[in-house]
Amino acid sequence: MCLAIPAKIIEINNQMANVEVGGVSRQASVILLPDASPGNYVLMHAGFAISLVDEEEALETIKLFEQLAAGQ
Amino acid sequence: MSLPFLDEFRQGAHLRALMEKLNERAGELARPVRIMEVCGTHTMAISRHGIRQALPESIQLISGPGCPVCVTANADIDRFLEISLIPGVIVTTFGDMLRVPGTRMGLAQARGNGAQVQIVYSTLDALKIARENPDAAVVFFGVGFETTAPTVAATMIEAHENGIDNFLVLSAHKVVPPALEALCNTPGLAVDAFLCPGHVSAIIGPEAYEPVADAFGIPCVIAGFEPADILQSMIMICDQMTSGRAEVELQYTRGVRPGGNPAAMAIMQKVFQPADAEWRGLGTIPASGLAIREEFSAHDAAQRYDVDVSYSREPAGCLCGAILTGIKTPRDCPLFDKGCTPDHPIGPCMVSSEGACSAYHQYEI
Amino acid sequence: MKSEDRILLAHGSGGRLSRELVESVFGKIMSNPILDRMDDAATLKLEGRLAFTIDSHVVSPIFFPGGDIGRLSLTGTVNDLAMMGAIPLYISAGFIIEEGFRLRDLEIIAGSLQAAALEAAVQVVAGDTKVVGRGAADGIFITTCGLGSIPQGIMLSGSGAIPGDQIIVSGTIGDHGAAILSHREGIEFDAELKSDCAPLGALVGAMIEASPNIHVLRDPTRGGVAATLNEIAYASGVDIEINEEKIPYRSEVRGTCELLGLDPLILANEGKLVAFVAGSDSEIVLETMRKHTFGSEATVIGMVQNQASSRPRVYARTLLGSRRIISMPTGEQLPRIC
Repeated sequence: MCLAIPAKIIEINNQMANVEVGGVSRQASVILLPDASPGNYVLMHAGFAISLVDEEEALETIKLFEQLAAGQ
Repeated sequence: MSLPFLDEFRQGAHLRALMEKLNERAGELARPVRIMEVCGTHTMAISRHGIRQALPESIQLISGPGCPVCVTANADIDRFLEISLIPGVIVTTFGDMLRVPGTRMGLAQARGNGAQVQIVYSTLDALKIARENPDAAVVFFGVGFETTAPTVAATMIEAHENGIDNFLVLSAHKVVPPALEALCNTPGLAVDAFLCPGHVSAIIGPEAYEPVADAFGIPCVIAGFEPADILQSMIMICDQMTSGRAEVELQYTRGVRPGGNPAAMAIMQKVFQPADAEWRGLGTIPASGLAIREEFSAHDAAQRYDVDVSYSREPAGCLCGAILTGIKTPRDCPLFDKGCTPDHPIGPCMVSSEGACSAYHQYEI
Repeated sequence: MKSEDRILLAHGSGGRLSRELVESVFGKIMSNPILDRMDDAATLKLEGRLAFTIDSHVVSPIFFPGGDIGRLSLTGTVNDLAMMGAIPLYISAGFIIEEGFRLRDLEIIAGSLQAAALEAAVQVVAGDTKVVGRGAADGIFITTCGLGSIPQGIMLSGSGAIPGDQIIVSGTIGDHGAAILSHREGIEFDAELKSDCAPLGALVGAMIEASPNIHVLRDPTRGGVAATLNEIAYASGVDIEINEEKIPYRSEVRGTCELLGLDPLILANEGKLVAFVAGSDSEIVLETMRKHTFGSEATVIGMVQNQASSRPRVYARTLLGSRRIISMPTGEQLPRIC
């Protein structure tokens, strides 16, 4: 129901962030995510950052997949 | 260049390993399980990556009511279409809505009949159109769930604070937890577990599903949207089933925090209040919609435009209702791929690319 | 005429202004011995089997990264000829211009059409201009016709695919569609995205020379690779299977598609081709293509199989190893948020 993709915040001016996905950049509002700062990855939905991507958790999950794949 | 936090979750080697583990876990199940993916974006991802075709026989995925285009009642669509035909109105909406048929016509036909329709990627684009066209009323059709509603609310607050009075919203937003409860109470529903929507959960938090898991004993796993996420979530569901647990578990740890996103919730609640809402296929569900609060009534298109939609009715013969509750699959519908195709959709499940029927038609027929 | 001038209805009236426009813009920019005669029709001497085609171009925006409607209207028609194995030779161009269109823009468009013609080694030998009132057209529409000669023994058709054929794409997929989307009103974003818009005649010439066993050539324009493969599967009565991991994309195209919720397989390409080649010849064709500017990233993405069910199908082998159907795309490309 809700497409949101990880985008990297490049800079923030006046609650509007310049975010980047695979070399494509766009403006996104960070009004729903007051803690966001440049360098963060955020989930972007319909032009708004809606959640921070927790990089540590992501790496944890990826590690789990790697272990699983290595075990076979 | 890679796409960080996407590509890592699409590695062929990981997917095959996850699939092997899922097969193992599925072998331990006492009986076949039916997992409902609540969210339309999950339906899309499942079809797109051929997950359904790769599943062991003991796991069946069924598509739930999480496609906003699909569950929006015809009366709401007709109201928006009627408003689009009022002179001096520019209607704006997400691309998903353009091909949705109403009772008499769809938005594409309304555009052909002179309606000014602009497809936007974000509500902020709709607000920009309102700024640039001060003499027109710019009406945004707000559909979607808790992921989208805060973005619409934030835009309405901006319009309100900046005196952009010609920006209006027709709110057909819906919230997920009451619908899940209503679904659990549906006679004939045979769902063993829910694959819960990751991005709705990023806003409302995992706790929101606890009543469902507790009261109905149905395992709920909140899943991300990449194929690895979906497979891992199904493994977690199998584990719960095998050990007789029915809990809310979070697979999508990188995207969802306990408590969700309080800032987004506060903005949503500032503009919207709970209201009864009609869901296609589920009927009217108490407190499952979002109505615009009195403070923002100047931006409420439903209040400004009193249009008659008493003619509204659901398309005849279409099984969208039963498909949305998972009781029927798209293949059960007599119209599927007969009168109803993505080129000529009859029911909304065929219109939205994430609708169960369209996803089946595109990727699996 | 001065460059800040705008096109008036009178420019299409057939009178003095019409002549001035034709002479100062088209005649000047596209000058060649045949066009310069300015007769009612071009007279041409041609032999053998000919390929003849027409294509209308209505792109919005008119100027986009990597090209404009002028270049597009030339390459589109040249490529249609090339896909039949023809050597593109002559082009005619009809311009429908909206009143008020900037003359400077028309000059730029005519200039890039001519530049593309030189690149493709074709001549624009006939033209027409009409001006319509404000609102009756969206800036400018260009229709081009093309004539090409087919070398002896060349017989290409969408119905020629046979089981065992390898399917080659000449480079990255979706560049044109993504570049256009990035500049479309309401969804603008920034990216190093360029349309791939290019004439493919020379590439095709080299391929045909390298192998007599090329069965189908198609340029996957509107509807993208998904539409092209479906058309060929239907016309040839075969199944097609492509491998998702093998399809080349630029990261910006992937980023665009993730952002907008689109499938890159349905984005238009304007400088790419899909070739169906007998398995035995796929290596030599691939090698030949890679030596060419417009084929340097050519790669095999799949193969043709016997039709296994009641209708021809196009499948993708997914990352998971399962198969999904690639269906014929429907309707316009719209960004989705859901």
